Amino acid sequence: MGNHSDGSPNHSGTVATAGQNVVEKFQDPGLPPHRLRLADTDPRAAKRAERQVAILFGISVIGTVIFLVSYFAIDLGQDSTIATIRTQNLLLGLGTAFAMLGIGTGIVHWAKALMPDHEVSEERHAIRTEEDRQAAVRIVEDIVEETGIKRRPLIRNTLLGAVALAPLPALAVFGDLGPRPDNTLAHTMWAPQDGKLKRLTRDPDGTPIKASDVTIGSAFHVIPEGLNELQEGKLNAKAKAVVLLMRLNPDDLTISKGRETWSYNGIVAYSKICTHVGCPVALYEQQTHHLLCPCHQSTFDLTKECKVIFGPASRPLPQLPIAVDAEGYLVATSDFKEPVGPSYWERDEHERLINS
Amino acid sequence: MKALSQKRRHPLAAIALLLMGLLVTGGLYAVATTVNQAKADTTTFSASDAQEGGKLFAANCATCHGMGASGTKDGPSLVGVGAAAVDFQVGTGRMPMQMNGPQAQAKPRQFNDQQTQQLAAYVASLGAGPSIPDASLLDEKGDAAKGGELFRTNCAMCHNAAAAGGALTRGKFAPPLAGVSGQHIYEAMATGPQNMPVFNDANISPEGKRDIITFLKTIEANGSPGGADLGALGPVSEGLFVWVAGLGVIIAFTIWLTSRTS
Amino acid sequence: MSASSTAEVPFVPETKVGRITDFVDERVGGSGILREFGRKVFPDHWSFMFGEVALYSFVILLMSGTFLTFFFDPSMAETHYAGSYTPLTNVEMSVAYNSSLNISFDIRGGLFFRQVHHWAALLFVASLGVHMLRVFFTGAFRKPREMNWVVGGVLLILAMAEGFTGYSLPDDLLSGNGLRIIDGVIKSIPVIGTYISFFLFGGEFPGTAIIGRLYVLHILLVPAMILLMIVIHLFMVVVHKHTQYPGPGRNDGNVVGYPLGPVYAAKAGGFFFIVFGVVALMAAMFTINPIWNYGPYDPSPVSAGTQPDWYIGFVDGALRLMPGVVNDFHFEYIIFGHVLTLNVLLPALVPAGIIFTVLFMYPWIERWITKDNREHHVLDRPRNAPTRTAIGVAGFTWYCVMWAAAGSDLIATHFHVALNDVTYWLRTLFFIGPILAFMVTKRVALALQRKDREIALHGRETGRIVRLPHGEFIEVHAPLDDYKHYKLVGFESPSPLPAEPNEHGVVTPKEKRRAALSKWFFEDRVAPATPAELEAAHGHGHHEAIESGEEHKSLSH
Repeated sequence: MGNHSDGSPNHSGTVATAGQNVVEKFQDPGLPPHRLRLADTDPRAAKRAERQVAILFGISVIGTVIFLVSYFAIDLGQDSTIATIRTQNLLLGLGTAFAMLGIGTGIVHWAKALMPDHEVSEERHAIRTEEDRQAAVRIVEDIVEETGIKRRPLIRNTLLGAVALAPLPALAVFGDLGPRPDNTLAHTMWAPQDGKLKRLTRDPDGTPIKASDVTIGSAFHVIPEGLNELQEGKLNAKAKAVVLLMRLNPDDLTISKGRETWSYNGIVAYSKICTHVGCPVALYEQQTHHLLCPCHQSTFDLTKECKVIFGPASRPLPQLPIAVDAEGYLVATSDFKEPVGPSYWERDEHERLINS
Repeated sequence: MKALSQKRRHPLAAIALLLMGLLVTGGLYAVATTVNQAKADTTTFSASDAQEGGKLFAANCATCHGMGASGTKDGPSLVGVGAAAVDFQVGTGRMPMQMNGPQAQAKPRQFNDQQTQQLAAYVASLGAGPSIPDASLLDEKGDAAKGGELFRTNCAMCHNAAAAGGALTRGKFAPPLAGVSGQHIYEAMATGPQNMPVFNDANISPEGKRDIITFLKTIEANGSPGGADLGALGPVSEGLFVWVAGLGVIIAFTIWLTSRTS
Repeated sequence: MSASSTAEVPFVPETKVGRITDFVDERVGGSGILREFGRKVFPDHWSFMFGEVALYSFVILLMSGTFLTFFFDPSMAETHYAGSYTPLTNVEMSVAYNSSLNISFDIRGGLFFRQVHHWAALLFVASLGVHMLRVFFTGAFRKPREMNWVVGGVLLILAMAEGFTGYSLPDDLLSGNGLRIIDGVIKSIPVIGTYISFFLFGGEFPGTAIIGRLYVLHILLVPAMILLMIVIHLFMVVVHKHTQYPGPGRNDGNVVGYPLGPVYAAKAGGFFFIVFGVVALMAAMFTINPIWNYGPYDPSPVSAGTQPDWYIGFVDGALRLMPGVVNDFHFEYIIFGHVLTLNVLLPALVPAGIIFTVLFMYPWIERWITKDNREHHVLDRPRNAPTRTAIGVAGFTWYCVMWAAAGSDLIATHFHVALNDVTYWLRTLFFIGPILAFMVTKRVALALQRKDREIALHGRETGRIVRLPHGEFIEVHAPLDDYKHYKLVGFESPSPLPAEPNEHGVVTPKEKRRAALSKWFFEDRVAPATPAELEAAHGHGHHEAIESGEEHKSLSH
């Protein structure tokens, strides 16, 4: 439309018809003639539209009444059933919907059918005129001159320095939003306490598990002994310590060097926290021996020490070394030999720390 | 065509459309919340049951599971799987399998109650295994809240927190649990069919299993307090709904709003 | 003051309303404002309404959100549930989750307002997205509106942040696992990731601080920023006036439409109630975020189908598509004793980074390529800018592939395909999907342009078959009226702009690159029909006209 041949008035930008073929163009015929509506010519149609608008507003009134009646007539006592709540929610919602849609469609119908529908054309004005620009430049120059900031570099430089330093306290405050990470991520609750090995207990009730309870094909969701008794930081401890306990035919397991004593008769325990971004990897397929994370579908092969066989995780799930105590209960012989959960910058450092 | 396009712009058209949508939704919802009654079946087996079951087994199951249910390369040994496993697999139509696939799927059952019982009796006679649960464990009168906790810890990762089902690896899936009888749910936990792990009585006690069934049946009977549950599939179905239905209705309104009245 | 210069008789209002109006007017100068804006013209088209949908959703969010704040308690202290939802009776949970349940089950209308709030939130971001797509595909971001496009992009990011902080507040199992994923992503940031995580959560995940902190962001900081951006956005809309679609009587120097008062104001005002009504309808009949299903947050359980709300879906999908290990190459590797977690970092940051960088820069990229420094107030029909349209569809396709990946498990279960295969297909589409989309869209746009040209030159098909005297059958084409005809021919069709030397007479390498891009942008084009061509077409019979039209088509390469 930048081509002048279409008869457009001047526009404020510069005209540079980029690569425009110099060919004759069609003339803009201008706005189409106005077409009258039924309601413009037929008084009965106008009357009809008027009644329709009034009915729509009436529907809105009914909607408001529905809302109020269902709000006060339906009681949400202690004994209210789900069905009561559903009914009330439905009626409150329908009441609101009718109240709002009645007003909205009524007004719009009024505007469409009865208000003038002449399209009008309005000239656009330049967003910035050259006159304004020059005036603004003069004002800015005067202001700069009056402050004298150009002539007094000492003031300017000290001000810049002060402003640059002023946000530092905010950074310091931000640093106190939480404690420093230190080595907290390297340890979990499984570390033996005062020489006593922690028993594996059922999630959520915390009862200990006997090796004989874990039959082939079983999957137990496990928390460390004493977790439920923690007064503080229970969820923090649980977020690192949850373990999945499974029993396979011992022949199905491939055990690498150094991990020979980590399992018991085909019973193995692995951290449930995904090494990708930390979802619980809790889906155990007892025939394929795959563990699947429901969040991003990382798949781990239990028979190969939870090696990643699919999905975005890059590292096997950490294994918890387990044994059986004198009473036949499963215990963790030590903490995990590596930090659990998603990777972080200092993770390798922590792994070396744990194994030193 | 012209008549329709004029009617479409009628001011009452939008309201008629909304009412229609309402009725359809309500109807679908009523159908979806029909509660399935769990059956309680606690007959004990007689010797003749086992005998009849043996015949049925030889005729229908032995091709894959072998004579005497000792297993072949096509099907596992059934010695020691117990009556519960048979009742679940045959009672839900999973067995006999129609074809090999990622997992056996539920389908219309091929044996009636009596035949299923006979097959169960036969397999139970081969070796001790989980038996069909007692009716007292299926009365749905346990502690729903306790069952909910157990369900979220042990089951929700595969079956979804609202028991709407979920995907497993390579074409396998955990089915939705709405409409599954309490007895079959119990048997599935006790026996670990397909790739589902076994939840023996030492892992989840019989009372715990009763609580889980109570929880599942409670939420199934309750339905969603907020209206249609969109499959209880979480944010994906909600997002799809707002883009298709929500924006769809809004766009319909904008087109009406900016169209010229005739 | 003005009265002092002339000897006018001061205005004395007669009615009570008049006196009040006059009192206010004398003090705020309302007459001037009304004179300026009362009859301001707004073009009318359904696709111009999405910005309003977003604005109205935001108003609904403010209202329903205020109701929710009266009852919500963002504390992470432990409590035991004692409300009326029996499947959670006596379950240990945080106060935040407890109060969310109370809003849902024990406060009259609470569930309705929660559902209104959440549906409005999903609609808010969705309408923002559709609004931006409309602006992109019609070229409304061009001068003088580039900065308003950027403000819109900032609004989209703020809306996503607002949505995510709100999603996390109920402290249910779903949102807790969502936060845990965010924590995992934050921890993957090199050097400072662990520290940011500890600062954000006030220590180890989940800690007891995060809900309160997100609450402050959700109800104070982010909405205030959104409000500020909305004010800037609307201010610029007033300065620029609205764009309009091409058509007879419309050009870059005017704006054609309905005056603000009364028609446009009535329609826009009425539309607020309509949007509210539609949201109320959804909240009445369709459950959203059934937090009672998910249970309280506990780091051990997880539910199948754990996903974020739709607008974060593309990041979650990217996380799912990224393989962690390819042929024994681990994307997580150790560099100088530190862990670089590329399998998380790349998908979490790169696609979103590319999308938003290109989105923000696009007006300037196109301006540089086309050297077009004119103001544009008339929009492009998407088909008349084939390359831009194709770029937009390619980008949107890329987004949709990642978006779909966030639901890969549900695609698998509902279409009975293997989860792994869905992932493999989407990984492939991640790379070739945008390319295919670009090629197909460009061809479709050019084909539509050719169809327009055909109709402009030979009229529309009437469906009437006529037998000519010599026995041949032809379909009669009816000519268009001038106004419809102009709509099909009145557009600009730029051709490639070759490299030009700069003021020193040198063609810089940058200018050569620009020229190459310009060629790529405009080499395939269908020029609008000209009067001479129409003359030629009408000179022959209808039948011959079609054939000669084929030859006349100026698809230049």
